[in-house]
Amino acid sequence: MAGSGHEVRKKWDPWNDPQEKPHVQLLSVSKRFGDFTAVDNIALDIYKGEFFSLLGPSGCGKTTLLRMLAGFEQPSQGQILLEGSDMAGVPPYRRPVNMMFQSYALFPHMSVESNIAFGLKQDKAPKGEIAQRVEEVLDLVQLSSFAKRKPHQLSGGQRQRVALARALVKKPKMLLLDEPLGALDKKLREQTQFELMNIQEQLGITFVIVTHDQEEAMTVSTRIAVMDHGRIVQVATPTEIYEYPNSRYVAGFIGDVNIIEGRVSEVGESHLNIVSEQSGCGIRARHAVDAPVGATVWIALRPEKLVISVDAPADTTTNCMAGEVWDIGYLGNLSIYHIKLDSGIMVTTAQTNRTRDVERPITWEDRVYLTWTPDAGIVLGQ
Amino acid sequence: MSQKPREGKRSQVEYLDARSGEGTAGALEELHKQLLLLPPYRWLCSAIAGSGISPRGLLISTPYIWLLLFFLAPFLIVLKISFSEYAISQPPYTALFELVDDIYVQIKLNLENYQLLFEDDLYWRAYLNSVKIAGISTILTLMVGYPLAYGMTRAPQRWRLALLMLVILPFWTSFLIRVYAWIGILKKEGLLNLLLINLGIIDQPLTIMNTDTAVYIGIIYSYLPFMVLPLYASLEKMDDTLLEAAADLGSRPIKTFWQITFRLSLPGVIAGCFLVFIPALGEFVIPDLLGGSGTLMIGKTLWAEFFSNRDWPLSSAVAVVLLLILVIPIVAFQKLQEKDKAA
Ligand SMILES: Nc1ncnc2c1ncn2[C@@H]1O[C@H](COP(=O)(O)OP(=O)(O)OP(=O)(O)O)[C@@H](O)[C@H]1O
Ligand SMILES: [Mg+2]
Repeated sequence: MAGSGHEVRKKWDPWNDPQEKPHVQLLSVSKRFGDFTAVDNIALDIYKGEFFSLLGPSGCGKTTLLRMLAGFEQPSQGQILLEGSDMAGVPPYRRPVNMMFQSYALFPHMSVESNIAFGLKQDKAPKGEIAQRVEEVLDLVQLSSFAKRKPHQLSGGQRQRVALARALVKKPKMLLLDEPLGALDKKLREQTQFELMNIQEQLGITFVIVTHDQEEAMTVSTRIAVMDHGRIVQVATPTEIYEYPNSRYVAGFIGDVNIIEGRVSEVGESHLNIVSEQSGCGIRARHAVDAPVGATVWIALRPEKLVISVDAPADTTTNCMAGEVWDIGYLGNLSIYHIKLDSGIMVTTAQTNRTRDVERPITWEDRVYLTWTPDAGIVLGQ
Repeated sequence: MSQKPREGKRSQVEYLDARSGEGTAGALEELHKQLLLLPPYRWLCSAIAGSGISPRGLLISTPYIWLLLFFLAPFLIVLKISFSEYAISQPPYTALFELVDDIYVQIKLNLENYQLLFEDDLYWRAYLNSVKIAGISTILTLMVGYPLAYGMTRAPQRWRLALLMLVILPFWTSFLIRVYAWIGILKKEGLLNLLLINLGIIDQPLTIMNTDTAVYIGIIYSYLPFMVLPLYASLEKMDDTLLEAAADLGSRPIKTFWQITFRLSLPGVIAGCFLVFIPALGEFVIPDLLGGSGTLMIGKTLWAEFFSNRDWPLSSAVAVVLLLILVIPIVAFQKLQEKDKAA
């Protein structure tokens, strides 16, 4: 059952279907505050039922983008289309969009219950229905016993859940969540993530979620947009973002990565040969960028894609870096090795600890060899 | 097993509102702790402690001692006078306690003053009229003051201090002079009538002077700062994201104003109303200068009884009843606040 659901999810990719109409469309949207550009010429399509994550460093314009979608800020330039109609001049209270604020913005004079019921009351929903839906959503965020409390009598995490419940209860067409789970502990966060995904699948709400937690983004998102300085650097599915980042910035932002500089020495049909002093070996990689012979490129190597060994492989001239173990981090399921290459640069590799006891464990100052397959390295241009 | 008691304990944790503490006593307690760091205060404390009173208790009781000295004591004196009889003597009333045969203390409780207050319709009409005038002018002051305070909080940050200064500016001249100035504006050949006639809006001068309208204008003008300042203080604290949240949840701006802005400024509204209503109720100068002979207010009556008729016992009774009228809404307000906190 769960398997088939998963199957459907995997194949569901409306962004690759030219027939599909986007739920929200941003057409070269910019937002300037004075002469500071917070959002810079963003074009983006988000599809109905997506779980879309915005990822990026602090101050890169994520909140500003959400505020434009909610209607609190007008774009300085460009257009926002919701279900095909231009949202310019439509006030927030007329948009079928709800937002969960980064600062929660709970009404201090209202109980948890009334805070959540507020949105439903504005729509003049019948009393019975309001009570029922408030109860449901309180149950969902596990705050049923706190219904009568005022916000100032709650902990930070509890307040965050009230804010989430208040945004959820109206079942809007689109839900904007600004760091919705930041203050929750790991267990509750994972549980809530799961619930959010459930809700999203049940109701078909489009979620746009801002997060600092890349693991969270990887788990919940259908697609991720990585932002930097008001621009979108890459929009892709979690797998694509991780396996095929389009720049050093994205590669470095999502997950750990070793970046090695080199020069293209030969362009083959389906592969590139690269010479790299930093690695101390020739690198063979899948052909992915348009780089002529002689161009400087960067090879991104994920730590878990490197195989570490104390024994030299048969071919030490290609895709094989030699170095000395500098530091070891034991994480239980994984061990992280920091290797100092002969060229002086540090490389990180991660190995799963498959067995409990290893005959000859790798220790400090061991000379080791790191190898990888041509598919594992990602070649990045400028 | 070890989980159970912890669970139980957690549910008992009550998050207390920092503001709900013990009010002044709470703040003084802090002060006491701070002051203990200074040697002279410590010596003083230990000296007091030696005499059997806790120094902490002494400091905490300061506001109560203050109230006792400057409010309760004079009130008791007035209360005592109100139960005595008018007499042509120095002071002009009979003694309440009298030593009889050097053994007994005779208490002569005279309730006639109070009886008169209820029997003579002059007094209760004056009370009622005062409540009416104070009530109406409080509401009018609120209606003028609220937009003013709201506008001030919406003004650019760098203007706010200047605007605040403008509100307080009138206090730099004597109250009496400012009320006199209104006579010049409101009288028949005053500035207001001159202006309106010259503008061609009216052709006969309006009679405002010596009417209740003039009293309302005077009270609104004089007490506006008392309304604006607490309103400004509570509106200034407003978090704008709350308004955005309300709009986001589908509330129109006008509804948002009532449901969020006004609701959250209620403490300021109530404080402002009290600050206007209480002095307006006993107001004497404004009705005397701007009002007519028909403007009946208890402050005027009190003054007349005290200084014209020299009937100290009766005017004391008038003052005591006035105080009772004021105590009722204050107590009701406090009860309401307690209930609000408990909920
Ligand atoms: N009203 C405003 N006036 C001027 N500058 C603003 C305003 N709102 C945001 N900015 C600026 O725009 C930039 C983007 O802000 P934004 O709040 O969108 O960042 P963010 O990506 O949400 O960051 P964080 O992850 O810290 O929440 C910031 O540099 C901020 O200082
Ligand atoms: Mg933000």
